[in-house]
This record gives sequence, C-alpha cells and structure tokens, in this order.
Amino acid sequence: MPTFEPTPGLRESYLYDRNVIAEIQRAAREGIYDIRGFGAKRKLPHFDDLLFLGASVSRYPLEGYRERCATDVVLGTRFASKPIHLEIPVTIAGMSFGALSGPAKEALGRAATEVGTSTTTGDGGMTAEEREHSETLVYQLLPSRYGMNPDDLRRADAIEVVIGQGAKPGGGGMLLGHKISDRVAAMRNLPKGIDQRSASRHPDWTGPDDLEIKLHELREITDWEKPIFVKIGATRTYYDTQLAVKAGADVIVLDGMQGGTAATQDVFIEHAGIPTLAAIPLAVQALLELGMHRKVQLIVSGGIRTGADVAKALALGADAVSIGVGALIAMGDNAPEHDEEYRKLGSAAGFYDDWQAGRDPTGISTQDEELAARFDPVVGGRKVANYLRVLTLEAQTLARACGKSHVHNLEPEDLVALTIEASLMARVPLAGMQAPLLDEIADRVAARLREE
Amino acid sequence: MSTVTTGVEVVDLAVTPLRALNQRLHDLAREEGPTHWRVVNPNGAHAIACGLDADVEVEIEGHAGYYCAGMNKRATVRIHGNAGTGLAENMMSGQVVVEGSASQSAGATGRGGLLVVHGDASARCGISMKGIDIVVKGSVGHLSAFMAQTGRLVVCGDAGDALGDSIYEARLYVRGTVKGLGADCIEKELRDEHVVEVAELLKQAGIADVDPASFKRYGSARQLYSFKIDNAGAY
Repeated sequence: MPTFEPTPGLRESYLYDRNVIAEIQRAAREGIYDIRGFGAKRKLPHFDDLLFLGASVSRYPLEGYRERCATDVVLGTRFASKPIHLEIPVTIAGMSFGALSGPAKEALGRAATEVGTSTTTGDGGMTAEEREHSETLVYQLLPSRYGMNPDDLRRADAIEVVIGQGAKPGGGGMLLGHKISDRVAAMRNLPKGIDQRSASRHPDWTGPDDLEIKLHELREITDWEKPIFVKIGATRTYYDTQLAVKAGADVIVLDGMQGGTAATQDVFIEHAGIPTLAAIPLAVQALLELGMHRKVQLIVSGGIRTGADVAKALALGADAVSIGVGALIAMGDNAPEHDEEYRKLGSAAGFYDDWQAGRDPTGISTQDEELAARFDPVVGGRKVANYLRVLTLEAQTLARACGKSHVHNLEPEDLVALTIEASLMARVPLAGMQAPLLDEIADRVAARLREE
Repeated sequence: MSTVTTGVEVVDLAVTPLRALNQRLHDLAREEGPTHWRVVNPNGAHAIACGLDADVEVEIEGHAGYYCAGMNKRATVRIHGNAGTGLAENMMSGQVVVEGSASQSAGATGRGGLLVVHGDASARCGISMKGIDIVVKGSVGHLSAFMAQTGRLVVCGDAGDALGDSIYEARLYVRGTVKGLGADCIEKELRDEHVVEVAELLKQAGIADVDPASFKRYGSARQLYSFKIDNAGAY
C-alpha cells in the first residue's frame, strides 16, 4: 500500500478515515457490496490480551527441553465406535475444493498427515486427491449439500454438520463464477461459470429437535462408526452449544468471528458474530453445566495464529483448535515474492484478500489451471507441516512453563488478562487483580461501609 | 427377531431394534442375503432403511418417520403408508415409492433415482434437487424445487407458493394450478419432447390415468445466474 505521511494541519477524520472514504467511493462506483476473502480485519479483543502465569515459587515448571508434555487428542468419544486420534491439538479447518485449488487442498492433506492431524473438506464435496493424501479426513455436510454422497460419507473419518461459520454466522457459502470451472461445476451439479450462492439453511431439517433426528440418520447411515461434529459460528454460543449437545453431537466446532472465508460480504465479515475470546467461555460453561466438558470435545477456530493462541484456547477449555487462514499463509498466501503480481491486482503482499476473484498469483485460491500449476503441493504441504509443528512446540513451551504434562492440563487459572474487556470475556482476572487481592479489596470496602 | 416366509425376510420393528434392521440391510452391500424385505410395525420410526446400497426391495408396512430411505442407492423402498420429513433425501439411485403422502423436503438434494409420492407432498418437495426424478400424484407445498439444480419434478396436482425459487437447470411440470412462482422461475413452452419426457416419467411411476400433454412446464429464466445489482429487487 502506498504510504502517506500527513503534514501538521492535515487532519484525517477518525470517523471518515481513508478506508471509509475509499469504501464509500467504491460503493458509489460499483453499486454492490464488497465481497472478499480472509477474515475480520478490525481490531478485536483476542488472545493477545491474555498472558500465562509461568511457574515460580508457588508452582513448579516442567523441564522445558526434557520432560514430556503430551499433545494428543481423541475426538468423538461420546457415541462413535471409531473416534479419531490426533497427535496434535491443531486441526485444519474446512475449506472447499473450489475456493482452493486442487494442489492447495492436496497440500493441506499432506501436511495434516505428516504431523498426525486431520483436515476437512468444504462446501463442494470430497476430491479423490484430498482423500488419498489425508490420513484423517473430516467430511462436511453443509446446507448446499454440494458433492454430498453416502460413499464419501462412509469413506470419511468424521462428519461435520456445518450450521454456521464465524465469518458469516447465518449466511451461506459463495463461489463466484470465475471459480466455477468444469470440474467444480460437475462436482456441485451447477452450470459452469454461474455465481454460486449457497443456501444458509439446511434443506431437510429446521431447529434443534430436527437436528437430533438428522444426526441420528447420519449415524445410522454410517453404522454409528464416525464421530459427528457440529460446527457453529459464534453468536448465541451458550445456547447453541447446549442445543448441539442435546441433538447428539460428539464434537462441537466453534468458529469465532475472526474465522476466515473464501468469499463473503465485507459487512458480514466485520459485523456479525462474537470474538473467539468471548465465545470459548460460553461454550465451556454450556458443556460444564451439562456435565459434558471433555466428553463432547470442543474445537475452537477463528484467529488461531500462534502456539500462544493454541495454548490460550486450550487453557480456556478447548480440546483442540482449527486453523484456516494461518495454513494458507504458511503455504504461500500473501508471500512477498508475489508482491509485484499482487500490485497488478490492486493489492500488495500482506494485504491480499481477493480470494473470491480466482486470480491468486500463488495458485492457492484459484481454479485457473495455469495459476494452480504454479503451486507445488509437496513444498506447500511441507511448509504447512512446519507451521503446525511450530504451533505445537510453542504451545508445549508455554504448557511446560506452567508445569503441565499435557497441553489439556492448561486451565483458566493459568491466565490473566491485559484489558478489562478481555478479562470479562475470557473470565480470567486482570493481571495483578487475582482473586485473593480482589477479595481483600472487597473486604476493606465492606468494612468501611459498616463503619459508615 | 425375523422369519423367512416365501422368500421374504420379515423384520418386526416392534421387537427388532432399528439399528439391527439397518445394519442387516447395510451388510447387503458386501454380502449375499435376502433380496425382498418386509418391515412391519414401523410406527413412524425415523431413518428406516437409510443408507442402503444393494439391489433389494424393502416394503414398509405402515407409516415411516423422518429420513426414510435417506441417501438410498440401488434399492427399491416402498412405503405402504405416509412418510415424514426428508423422505429419500440425497437419494443417489434406485426407487422410493410412498403410497400415502410425504411430509416436508421429500427428495431433498437427491442426485438420482426415482421418488414417487402417490398422495401429496408437503413444502420444499425437491428442494435443492441435483438429478433426482420426482413424481407426485397429488399436490406439492410451498417452496418446492427451491434452488433445484438438475432433475425433473412432475406434479399431477397443484403447487404451492414460490415454486422453483432460485431454480437452476431442473425441469418442473405441474398439471394443476401454481399458487406462485419463486424468483427466476418462469413458465416455458411445453414442446413435444417434454410431453414424451413426462409420459416416460409417469410410466415409470406407474401412473396411467394422467394425460402427459396436460402439464405446464416451468424452469429457470437464468436471470439470476450472475450476481448483478440490477437483480437485487428479485429477492
């Protein structure tokens, strides 16, 4: 992006800053809302606003380079006869073939398999390459049911019933015409080149009581073998979690508003849903009240970038996390070597979010065969695997410092917040305001009131 | 648990758990077994005979609940009664026949095969259909063939409001009145090849007393395939 240093006297409006002005001008010019990829770009309370209390005199740590800190996770222990076992608590979120190129999907499968975790299909069905390269593959059942068939259902290792997505809770998928290639069109039973706008409601059930019957049907079709995940976009998370558990979910996948998307209206991405940080305690509370915490596993996504984010999500009560945008960046999205090409598209490395447009110079978010051919799935897979390893190592580093022999032993008590907002949302004390001190202050206030 | 009479395997759901029935039917995808089944005392159970993948015939002697014959492949499932929501949802192939009426979302997202409803079908019949053929002797409710992608829906009676809303390439034939057409769904000329098509579907459905030339044809105006701001008022 071109930089401009305003001289004194030139005052930019806070309300109408350059981005707002540009958007009003774009709206006036084009007459249609802005559609883009990526996730929320606005500043939100997030994991950065939390800190770990490393061990000291009152707690002792594990040897950082020597003692074992386990990271395995089992998903689907409630009803499935074949729960899935992952070596790390970081999974790869659902992203469709269509939104992503075939080689990019293959890279995700390769990476997940290399480090012992799962990857997920998307709104478009399962490709043969994806199944082949993914040791553990979660198959999504979405409102559109594009590419849904019982053979793939039985070939999958788990089923994810998608009700919502953090980037657009209450909205359906979108794939614009320039990404509807012959193959994508055939997989989705659509005419080539149309602007596909998926349904936002499931076609054959309405409400939580129907959902229970739907999950039962899926279990019957797959002989009660597969774990069934229910994915929700974070909004009324306490109630949605309770209803999903009541409907029979083995696993809740909770996607906060920072979760990514391949194509959605900007207004939706930025203005619907609640932050991941606020959503996790709501889901955990719902699970605890039902006596189902750790029995129905919780996977959290939406803005997981670092091992610190992983550790904090787990400490707040998640069993695993899921990454999408991070995995794409790891495999080459927004890489500086493509800056010149990004600029030709009116963007720049570090800013590119036109994943809906299908002109991605990295070959990741495109169906253009020439562009897709630029992407090497072996190299890309290797990079994503490296990134997943770093996330895990970082989470282990923090867990050991807190004295935990398993990352699941991290707990809210290990955390403090840097801001009042984060403290209230995450339900952990503001740094320096831990419970005994707050109690003391409350006692003093009470004593003074009695005196008065 | 089950008895063999004249080559028909009878399963009584009053004594046999649904899970056991479905498991036995699923096993037929991998191993030899009876080819003709009768399910008695269904009592509106959900998910009866879903996920089949074998050349068998299953007769259900009574009413079925939700998702009967869901995701069916190859099998013929006959319901001698009514069927609940999501009958034959996402069917791939084979045939599902209901002698009574079907509740909402019959044949939803079906990809192939033939669904025949001798009574009426409720709302959202053929919603998001992707290649299935559906023949309804009676009428269908509102929002039928919503976002219908491919396949054919033949309605011998009437259709409710918003028929074929946001339809893609599916072909709809209605003999009676249509309360209202959904966005981008229009009436189209019924040409000779369409009469032949309807006649063939009626024949497959075993419906002989309906004149195939007495239908009207509906399909997509294809005005909403590309996302243009001028169409915003269509929604």
